[in-house]
Amino acid sequence: MKADITFGQYCEGNSLIHRLDPRMKIVLSILYIVAIFLAKGVTSFALLILSAVLLVGLTGLSPAMILRGMRPLLFIIVFTAVINIFWMTGDVLLVQLGPVKIYLEGIINAILIVVRIVLLIVATSVFLTYTTTPLALTDGLEQLLSPLKKLHVPVHEFSMMMTIALRFIPTLIDETQKIMNAQKARGADFSTGSLLQRAKALIPILIPLFISAFRRADELATAMECRCYTGGEGRTRMNVLRSTAKDWLFLLAILLLGTAIVLLNTYFPLYGLTL
Amino acid sequence: MQKNPIIKAEHLTFSYPGDSESKPVRALDDVSFEIEEGSFTAILGHNGSGKSTLAKLLCMVNYPDSGKLFLCGKDLTDPDVTDEDILAARRDIGMVFQNPDNQIVASIVEEDVAFGCENLGIPSAEIRKRVDQALEQVGMTKHARSSPHNLSGGQKQRIAIAGVIAMKRKCVIFDESTAMLDPLGRQDVMNTAMKLNREDGITVILITHYMSEAALADRIIVMDHGKILRDGTPSEVFSDPEAMWDAGLDVPQTTELLYKMRQAGLDVRLDLFDVNDCAAEIARAIKRARGGK
Repeated sequence: MKADITFGQYCEGNSLIHRLDPRMKIVLSILYIVAIFLAKGVTSFALLILSAVLLVGLTGLSPAMILRGMRPLLFIIVFTAVINIFWMTGDVLLVQLGPVKIYLEGIINAILIVVRIVLLIVATSVFLTYTTTPLALTDGLEQLLSPLKKLHVPVHEFSMMMTIALRFIPTLIDETQKIMNAQKARGADFSTGSLLQRAKALIPILIPLFISAFRRADELATAMECRCYTGGEGRTRMNVLRSTAKDWLFLLAILLLGTAIVLLNTYFPLYGLTL
Repeated sequence: MQKNPIIKAEHLTFSYPGDSESKPVRALDDVSFEIEEGSFTAILGHNGSGKSTLAKLLCMVNYPDSGKLFLCGKDLTDPDVTDEDILAARRDIGMVFQNPDNQIVASIVEEDVAFGCENLGIPSAEIRKRVDQALEQVGMTKHARSSPHNLSGGQKQRIAIAGVIAMKRKCVIFDESTAMLDPLGRQDVMNTAMKLNREDGITVILITHYMSEAALADRIIVMDHGKILRDGTPSEVFSDPEAMWDAGLDVPQTTELLYKMRQAGLDVRLDLFDVNDCAAEIARAIKRARGGK
């Protein structure tokens, strides 16, 4: 069951990256994504790949697992690559089959875009999903956004909703499985028939799931109320987030990476990306 | 020693509003009782007897139609009662619900235990201390960082109990907390509840339909059709199995066996709820009967 939801799932660990301040990790991943989008030439991408490999190494997680987490996005990756290979025009014509022309630029572009997407996934998995508990992530986000409370943005409520949603994902997955088994035992067929028929077969799963989700919500609300929950006001936290020297060091490193990419773009672009 | 009642109910009445097809259902009908601080009370009843409605009134999810309800000496049915008063009462009275999944808020055990304390605005260091202590008390320290999803039902209930302990509440209401658990989990939760009461002096109210659990309490309140049918120690309540059977309730298996043996002419006591005690009593009675011949 768990293997199915690896994408976006926390992996237990105690590496340097695991222990970073979640707030800093959010900032770092945003900066890293900016750096990825700044990169234009082959050289800057090479630098990014190097840094990504280094980051994965620092997490102590197996690279195979991170790659496996990319499987759901395989279609998007292949799709963008194909589009780039066939639709991109350039100066160096490699193959011509009737109306289809494949240019060297197209292939390079496709490769760079694939690298870009893969790096985006690696960056967010390394900094956020794989090394930060969803709860820490929500906490970090809540605290990062807390200045918005002054503008009456319900930051705490959003983060509470996130926390609860995250908490109930595995519970609801289990429940879905149970309902499916129950319906199968009554002769339901989910795996054959046309797409429409299969979609229709899901209705007997969704309705009980929704009803039970509402019941759960109701009970949870009662339980929270009984535990004196009255909203964000006057609430303290057990784990207070603290930024330490290593957090700032990482920030510095990422900023340097961004600077290096801008410099490489300007002075050694080699083949540039034209999107 | 006269102890203060932590909960005092006077003539509580509550009906569920009916709709176009059904008449309103009277779930509680003139219910009065007192729960002393530090006591261990079981509220027993079959489905529809009003025991869960009573729990909902006690945790202030529902309000009684009439009658008075005092929690920690404060009248919560007073029309002038403020939200602060209700919050103050909730600080002292905790609930452990039936479904272990639907009362856990956080995806890490210790975060969930801390949830209540965080709501109270307790300083971080103090929360940490209380959470560690509470987890220790329910024997879940080694699961502090795990995800509740991977725990058994009994373990989840122990986390819920830890949450109550961490808030330093005076009274815990177990609303059929063992109903969805396997026998081992049930044992777990019962042991923890007993420990809370015996060692920490926390008032425990156990709402249940398991006779064997109710037999462990100091006092049993038997509910039937929204009324209190009987109220007394386990020995008193179970001394008349016929009356319990008439109310659609059971008695502990040990009591049933002893009762049947008594009907068969054997001179045995009825108020033994431990299997070993029961066996010893039967052996003694048989020996006596043989000696008499």
